[in-house]
Amino acid sequence: MKVLSKLCVAVALACGAAAAHAQYSDNVIKIGVLNDQSGTYADLAGPGSTVAARMAVEDFGAAKKGMKVEIVVADHQNKPEVGSSIARQWFDVDKVDVIVDVPTSSVMLAVNQIAKEKNKVLLDSTGGSSDLTGKACTPNSIHWTYDTWALANGTGSAVVKTGGNTWFFLTADYAFGHALEKDTEAVVLKNGGKVVGKVRHPFPSSDFSSFLLQAQSSKAKIIGLANAGADTISAIKQGAEFGIVKGGQQFAGLLVFITDVHALGLDKAQGLLLTESFYWDLNPQTRSFSQRFAKLHKGAMPTMAQAGVYSSVLHYLKAVEALKSDADGAKVVAKMKELPTDDPIFGKGSIRQDGRKLHPMYLFEVKKPAESKGAWDYYKLRSTIPANEAFRPEKDGGCPLVKS
Amino acid sequence: MTPGSEATAAAAAIAGEARPSARVDEGRSLRIAFAVMVAFFLLAPLAIYPIFLMKVMCFGLFACAFNLLLGYGGLLSFGHAMFLGIAGYVAAYLAKEGVALEALHIGAVTLPVGISLPPFTPELAILSGSLAAGVLGVLVGLIAIRRQGIYFAMITLALAQMVYFFCIQAPFTGGEDGIQAVPRGKLFGLIDLSNITAMYATVFVIFVSGFLLIYRIIHSPFGQVLKAIRENEPRAISLGYDADRYKLLAFVLSATLAGLAGATSAIVFQLAALNAVHWTMSGEVVLMTLVGGLGTVFGPVVGAFAVLGMENYLAQLGAWVTIVQGAIFVICVLTFRRGIVGELSRWLRKPL
Repeated sequence: MKVLSKLCVAVALACGAAAAHAQYSDNVIKIGVLNDQSGTYADLAGPGSTVAARMAVEDFGAAKKGMKVEIVVADHQNKPEVGSSIARQWFDVDKVDVIVDVPTSSVMLAVNQIAKEKNKVLLDSTGGSSDLTGKACTPNSIHWTYDTWALANGTGSAVVKTGGNTWFFLTADYAFGHALEKDTEAVVLKNGGKVVGKVRHPFPSSDFSSFLLQAQSSKAKIIGLANAGADTISAIKQGAEFGIVKGGQQFAGLLVFITDVHALGLDKAQGLLLTESFYWDLNPQTRSFSQRFAKLHKGAMPTMAQAGVYSSVLHYLKAVEALKSDADGAKVVAKMKELPTDDPIFGKGSIRQDGRKLHPMYLFEVKKPAESKGAWDYYKLRSTIPANEAFRPEKDGGCPLVKS
Repeated sequence: MTPGSEATAAAAAIAGEARPSARVDEGRSLRIAFAVMVAFFLLAPLAIYPIFLMKVMCFGLFACAFNLLLGYGGLLSFGHAMFLGIAGYVAAYLAKEGVALEALHIGAVTLPVGISLPPFTPELAILSGSLAAGVLGVLVGLIAIRRQGIYFAMITLALAQMVYFFCIQAPFTGGEDGIQAVPRGKLFGLIDLSNITAMYATVFVIFVSGFLLIYRIIHSPFGQVLKAIRENEPRAISLGYDADRYKLLAFVLSATLAGLAGATSAIVFQLAALNAVHWTMSGEVVLMTLVGGLGTVFGPVVGAFAVLGMENYLAQLGAWVTIVQGAIFVICVLTFRRGIVGELSRWLRKPL
C-alpha cells in the first residue's frame, strides 16, 4: 500500500510541474512536538507549545511559499522509554524531520541520541540540562530557550549585583539540585556575595517548615531555591506562611516559570526573584505575539518554553527554505547556525557551534498584588543579562564539536 | 510415587483442580496458544513498528515474571520495578563503561582491587544485570516473605522506594538524566545489534526462552507446590512442604526474570533512567497482569501489549491520553474482571 502511494506521488510529480517543494523528503516538512501533555509540565509546555508551533508555521507563510508543513504531537508522559520509542517511530515510520520542545532532561537526552543516529533535528526548548551543549552535544541539536547553567548564572550574578549579597541555599538532595546549587554558589562567590548556609531537603518533599526556619534564622538576604516543580511551589507557599518575605528576606527561584507564579498567586509569590529569557510584557513585539497566543490558548500568556518553540520552528523553516531541503538533519542545523536569528520573541540573536542559541536573559521580581494591573501582569524587570554573558562560555562546556 | 507426582497430587488435592482427562486437553490448548503467540511475534514486525514490539516483549516478560509470583504464588509484590530498574542500570553501565575499580573504600579501610574491564558485550551485560536483580531478589525476599498479603506488598514497596532513592543519589546512575547513549554492541562479539533485525531476533529469543522457563516452572512439581501454598498455606506446611523456602525461591526467580527483562530493554532503548525504578512502574506491571488476566499463562503478555499500546498509540491524542487510559481501565475492571485472557479462557472453557 505504502509503495503504491509513493508510486502515485512520484508519477504525479513527474507529470505535473516541477514544484518547488519537490526536494523536501516526502514532499512534507513534518514537525513533531514531543512533550508532556497531561502531567507536571503540561502547563509550561504541553498544548501551548503545539499552539506556538502552529503559529510559527502560519507566520512563516509556509503555505504561500509552496512548502507543505505538517505538525504532529505526542505525549511522552515524562518517561524516557516512551519518548524514545515515539521519537524512533516518528523518524523511521512517520518521516518526521524535526522534533521540538521535549521537557524532562532524561527524555531530551535520549531523543538527542536518536536524532543524531538518524541524522534528523532536535530543537529543545523546555528541557533544561546544560549537558545538551556540553558533553552530550551533537551536530543535530540546538538548545534554544534556556539551560540550567544560564538560570543559575543569571539569578546568581544579577541578584548579587542588585544588592542581594548574602545567600542561604535550600537544595533538593539529588544530582540535579546539587548541580544547581554548585553553579549558583560559584557565581555568587565570584560576584563578591557570601553563602551563609545551606540545607538539603529530601526529594520530593512536602514539609519544608524546619528547613525554612533554618533559612529564616540565617538572616541571609536571599534564600536560593535549588529545586524544581512541586518542591519549589511548596517551599514558596510555606515560606509565605512563615512570613519570610514580609520579614525582609527574598526567595530566588532557580527553576521557576510564569505558570508557577500564576498557580501560586501574587499574594504568595510576591518578591520572588527569577531568571527567564522571555516575558510577554517586555516590548511591543512580545506583547502582540503573546496576545495572539493567548487568544488561541484559553487566555494564558506564553511561557518562555512555549515562546521558544515558536522561535525555534520559525528559524528552522527559514533554514530549510534557504537550503531548499530538509533531508539532511546535520546540514539543516549547520544552516541554522550560519543564519542570524531574528524573531519577535528574543529579537536578534545567533547560534553557537556547540548548539547554544544566544539571546539576553532577564532577572525579574514578582510584583506585589497592589502593583499588578491585571491578569498575567506579574513581573518587573530588575536587570538584563546580555547575550554574551548569559550562557556558559563555549570552552567550559566540553562539547566535542568546539575546536579550540 | 515420584516426588513430582506426589506434589502434583498434593496441589490438586488442595486446589481441587486438574482432572486427568482435562490435563491432556490443557496441554493442547496451551500449545496452540503458544504457537499463535510465536507466530504473532514473528510476523508482526511486517505490520507493526519493531521497536514497539520489542518493548512489548520486554515488558511482557516482566509481567510474566510478576505473574509467576502473584498469579501462582499468591504474593502481591508492589516493588517489582526495583528489579527491572536495577538490572537496567547495571546492564547499561557495564555495556557503556565496563568496570574500572582500582580500590574499594570501606570506611577507613582501603582494599586494593585493581579490576579493570572493557565495556561488556551485550549478552554479558544482560546476564550481569539479571544476576544483580537476582542478588537483590535474595536480599529483599529474605525480608519480605516473612509476611503475607498487604504487609508483604508494603514491605516490597518500602524496599523499592529505598532502591529508588539510592538510584537518585548514586553517582553511577546519572540521577535525573539516567544513563544515556548505551551502545548496543556486538552480540558474542560477532553480530552487530544496531541492525534492527538482529536486535529483534535477540529480544525474541530472550523473550521466548524466558516465557518457556516460566511455563516450565509453573508446571513443574515446584510450581504445583507453589499453587498449593497459594491456596492454603497451613495445609501445605502440614503436608511437609517448607513454605518459606518455596516462596523465597519463587521470589528470586521472579526477580531474576524481571531483571532479564529490564536489562534487555536497557540494551534495546539504549538508556536506563529513573522511571524504571519508580513505584508507578510497579503499579504498571500490576495493571498489565490484571488487564491481561491474573494467573493465566498468556495473560501478562496480552496485558503488556494492551497497556503499552495505549501508552504508545494514544500518545498522539495529546492531553487526552491519561483520561482515555483511565476510562479503559474502569471499563476493564467493571466488565471483565478476569482480564482479557481470563475471560477468553472461560468462554472457550480451556485454560490459557
